[in-house]
Amino acid sequence: MKRIIVCLKQAVDVSQLKVDPATRRLITASAPKKISDFDKNALEEAVRIREKIGEAEVYTLTVSHEDAKAVLREALAIGADKAYFVNDPSFQDVDTSGTAYVLAEAIKKIGEFDLVLCGEASLDSFSGLVGSRLAELLNLPLIASVRRLTVEDNTVVAERTLEDAYETVKAKMPALITVTREINQPRIPSLMMIMKASKKAIVTWTATDLNIQQKKIGAKIEVVEVLAPKTERKKIMITGENSAEIAEKLAKALIQEGVVGR
Amino acid sequence: MSEHKGVWVFSEKYDLTLEMLRKGREIADKLQTKLTAVFAGHNIKEKAGELIKYGVDKVYLIDNPALERFQAEAYLSVLHNLAANYKPEILLIGSTKNGKSLAARLATRLGTGCVPDCAGLGVNEEGRLIGERITYGGNAVAKVTFRSKPQIATIPARAFEKLEPEDRKGEVIELDVQIEGPKTEVVEIKPLETASVNIEEADVIISCGRGLEKKEDKALLEELAKIVNGHVGNSRPLAEDRKWFTEWVGLSGHKVKPTLYIACGISGVIQHVAGIRDSKTIVAINNDPEAPIFEVADYGVVGDLYEILPALTEALRKQLH
Repeated sequence: MKRIIVCLKQAVDVSQLKVDPATRRLITASAPKKISDFDKNALEEAVRIREKIGEAEVYTLTVSHEDAKAVLREALAIGADKAYFVNDPSFQDVDTSGTAYVLAEAIKKIGEFDLVLCGEASLDSFSGLVGSRLAELLNLPLIASVRRLTVEDNTVVAERTLEDAYETVKAKMPALITVTREINQPRIPSLMMIMKASKKAIVTWTATDLNIQQKKIGAKIEVVEVLAPKTERKKIMITGENSAEIAEKLAKALIQEGVVGR
Repeated sequence: MSEHKGVWVFSEKYDLTLEMLRKGREIADKLQTKLTAVFAGHNIKEKAGELIKYGVDKVYLIDNPALERFQAEAYLSVLHNLAANYKPEILLIGSTKNGKSLAARLATRLGTGCVPDCAGLGVNEEGRLIGERITYGGNAVAKVTFRSKPQIATIPARAFEKLEPEDRKGEVIELDVQIEGPKTEVVEIKPLETASVNIEEADVIISCGRGLEKKEDKALLEELAKIVNGHVGNSRPLAEDRKWFTEWVGLSGHKVKPTLYIACGISGVIQHVAGIRDSKTIVAINNDPEAPIFEVADYGVVGDLYEILPALTEALRKQLH
């Protein structure tokens, strides 16, 4: 095992999003950004693998049209050895197709690796396509939605979470793995780790450095509208002298609705 | 782009295929084109004809021992070969974990766009497919359309109801397709307990959150579940933080749509709400009057779940019998 590359997305922190009640539009411009949760699990897993076998390098890779230095610093503090940042204003409208293409070109330029780790999906758009697309572009074995991972010699063994089963899958490395949040609990970097991280390298590339063809990053899908869903709930508060009275009233309401005793 | 024609449907899950056929039929009629099901597996010839009853004009049948059970590269190569040859305009793929990954890889091979997890689907005035999906952690619903063909969308289970079977005309075309060898090897499959699988189909769900003090107290919910013939669930913190359970209800876990959802001691973060949004009636029991769950509930009770739940069980026991 020589090298693990972890793909990190800088995502909108969805727990801090606000909605304009008049238009139902999301206020995304001022929303804070962070490492997408699932990707942080991928990074944690890479660092744990390195700690276990003691010799691998962990590189992170981020593609964005905007600044993402804070996120990259955090990744280095968590334990990455080096961060690669592909930053170009032409990436403004990329979709999963374009993102996967740029990631693939960057990985080819980085060169040798044994594992590529990605989050199963991103916190904000939650598409879950980039990892699979990337595996296809790099012609790698893919094991998606992994909740447990072990590395033995040149083989990776992973347990996947499916809808109705857990599936254990084996692949020869190099391979691409996407992880779920179940796989681990990412560490919170200490002040010491944060200080150490400031000395680590961030390599920044532009589209030109990777010979990115603009026609290949053109979006293949188009977001027409993003609106907060309407909530049409009754919002009836049931009150009473005591629990028994409240329960009686609630039971009656549910029976009248026809939602119990069917 | 104009050479692309027809609506195709594929899932490795039979029920999900049938559900998608309803929507596929509707879209094919709107576009005045044909609806085709890609049906892959081994020894499945008899079942292929059955699909016609559910709205299909044409079944592409690929019957091969290599397709006995889902294998990513095998299924991917089948769909890629067919789609590259026959050029469908729209391809609907069942949004299981395997199906979604398949759709992403297929879209990459075909150099086209993919919109995952569309719980709503339609066509605009230009005849382009529009998918509706939950995004931003449940804070929003996005409408997304395509700039390339085929237009690939993935459809979650139970988004649409299958049609009633009826006698219709259609054809089954058996095809021989080049199948790629696997890049990964499945060494073990452990089925999940059926109880947890079925929660997505449950008619009544009683769920607990951080308000539950001990794992064993879930018995309070089970008592109520017995009376109303319901299933018991939980929110993510009880699984991920407290490790009491391995699964949860919510956007990243089981998305549910019961007739009745009773949330006990669940604060109602947006990710949880996104997973229960399609419930017909939502009841919230929480001791914090400011809990956001009350904003999305039909009936709210501010109170201690340890008092309200047993009282509700008792009240329903009396009133229902």
